[in-house]
Amino acid sequence: MDTYSLMREFADSWMLLFLVLFFLGVILWVFRPGASKEQRDSANIIFRHENSPDEDKAEMNPKEVRE
Amino acid sequence: MWDYAKIVAAGLVALCAAIAANYARDAAYLVHAIIIMLAAGVAFVWSVRQIDEEKPVAEIATGYLDGVVRYGVVATAFWGVIGFIAGTFIAFQLAFPVLNFEWAQPYMNFGRLRPLHTSAVIFAFGGNALLATSFYVVQRTTAARLWGGNLAWFVFWGYNLFIVLAATGYVLGGTQSKEYAEPEWYVDLWLTIVWVAYLAVFLGTLLKRQEKHIYVANWFYLSFIVTVAMLHVVNNLTIPVSIFGSKSVIIWAGVQDAMTQWWYGHNAVGFFLTAGFLGMMYYFVPKQAERPVFSYKLSIIHFWALIFLYIWAGPHHLHYTALPDWASTLGMVFSVMLWMPSWGGMINGLMTLSGAWDKLRTDPIIRMMVVSVGFYGMSTFEGPMMSIKAVNSLSHYTDWTIGHVHSGALGWNGMITFGALYFLVPKLWQRERLYSLSAVNWHFWLATIGIVLYAASMWVTGIMEGLMWREVDANGFLVNSFADTVAAKFPMYVVRALGGVLYVAGAVIMVVNLWLTATRGEPKTQATAAAAAPAE
Repeated sequence: MDTYSLMREFADSWMLLFLVLFFLGVILWVFRPGASKEQRDSANIIFRHENSPDEDKAEMNPKEVRE
Repeated sequence: MWDYAKIVAAGLVALCAAIAANYARDAAYLVHAIIIMLAAGVAFVWSVRQIDEEKPVAEIATGYLDGVVRYGVVATAFWGVIGFIAGTFIAFQLAFPVLNFEWAQPYMNFGRLRPLHTSAVIFAFGGNALLATSFYVVQRTTAARLWGGNLAWFVFWGYNLFIVLAATGYVLGGTQSKEYAEPEWYVDLWLTIVWVAYLAVFLGTLLKRQEKHIYVANWFYLSFIVTVAMLHVVNNLTIPVSIFGSKSVIIWAGVQDAMTQWWYGHNAVGFFLTAGFLGMMYYFVPKQAERPVFSYKLSIIHFWALIFLYIWAGPHHLHYTALPDWASTLGMVFSVMLWMPSWGGMINGLMTLSGAWDKLRTDPIIRMMVVSVGFYGMSTFEGPMMSIKAVNSLSHYTDWTIGHVHSGALGWNGMITFGALYFLVPKLWQRERLYSLSAVNWHFWLATIGIVLYAASMWVTGIMEGLMWREVDANGFLVNSFADTVAAKFPMYVVRALGGVLYVAGAVIMVVNLWLTATRGEPKTQATAAAAAPAE
């Protein structure tokens, strides 16, 4: 089989399957139990360390509860 | 030791550039060799003057590296106005061909100024905005100073040297004729070096982060940096005819070259103008609204869906060409699917304001950002629609495409960048607030009305021209000649150019406002600066 057909067949089968499963896996991962709390914290990263890396080291209170 | 190495390197580059200028085979190469010689000469003198000077060590240990962000903000505003003026000028050239002045042929004709305009707005204005904001955002969201010491400065100056080389090259006729990838081989090589340094700075900063999680804006920025590196290298695989000339030959031929070009071209839109600017959206919209992003879950899904789908959409630029049918159908299907993550992102950006909608009335900056996200939604609806083969058979090669691009570029990229600049300048120059909020309001309305004039006139003229091209009489003969469509488009061309004038006027107002903010704005009082906690 020439290189093109070989790569084409691989792309149409295993690689496609891998990419679809990876993508579905990401979506499941986002909705895993306990994720909301971490994501709430992550969403508030932008409100910390505004002026220097050292400020607000202790502050971990979420700005607001939001799913 | 390192200081001496820098001096030696700069001196050698200047010498080699002088030799190259001597042997240059064409004007573009000659001018570029002289520019590189002068740039290396400046770097040489500057490095010599730094030898044995005391370095300010204290601030380096703790603070953020904001100097390069300030320079990036200035460069963004500067190149923005240049690029908008160039665009408005070539819009008038299309309406009034006499503006292709005889005395300036061939340097200032439409064909040479058009790539100058596109590169000035995309790479100079947009690129500097992405550099500046990514350096700002990655430091704040990782609580780490930029990695690599002065490497970020190298990235900034190196990138702007690339822009100067690209712009002068177009005017002098040095182009490889690939849309949005016009610069010739040695300019491409230089950009590759700069881009690897950019990736190193960004990744290095992420690696030494103090926050456990990498904030979603950084994911978008990182995908932009990595993908642009890949696209740039593959689409510019050329073999120079001579090392002393600018001409090079691409290694692909025929439809492979076309497909590689539009794989590059569409992903330049997808990762440069979309992913990178979404990084800006996910930081500056929540910051300006003082609310965290509407749904962090949605932002993660937005990211992965966007990068999984965008990379396949390129073939829709080549419908009804020599490209195999399956490839153009694939491009169409993925383009239509892209609508979903795009609107997911738009909803996420807009709904971030839920509970703070009143800010739309009081804060012209947030209004700018909301309009920007609105245009993101509109152009990501229009794009998938135009990628459908039946629609594309009408829209392709018409000015509808130009209108679509500009609703995205002026509306989405321009407006979110203006919003980010208005946010950044008071922070970076330690000012209490912007010099004038009513000037921001003026800018907002001038820009918005300018875009509406632009997009509406291009829809009308594009659809008209598409219909005229396909019109046949009872015997099956074409009714209109090409020149008939050109004549019919004249009024819309004038309206489009006037829209451009409004947009430029808004940008000039912004530059003045930002300048006055930085120079005459009320300084931030010590009390607020000391109580640094970003409370409400």
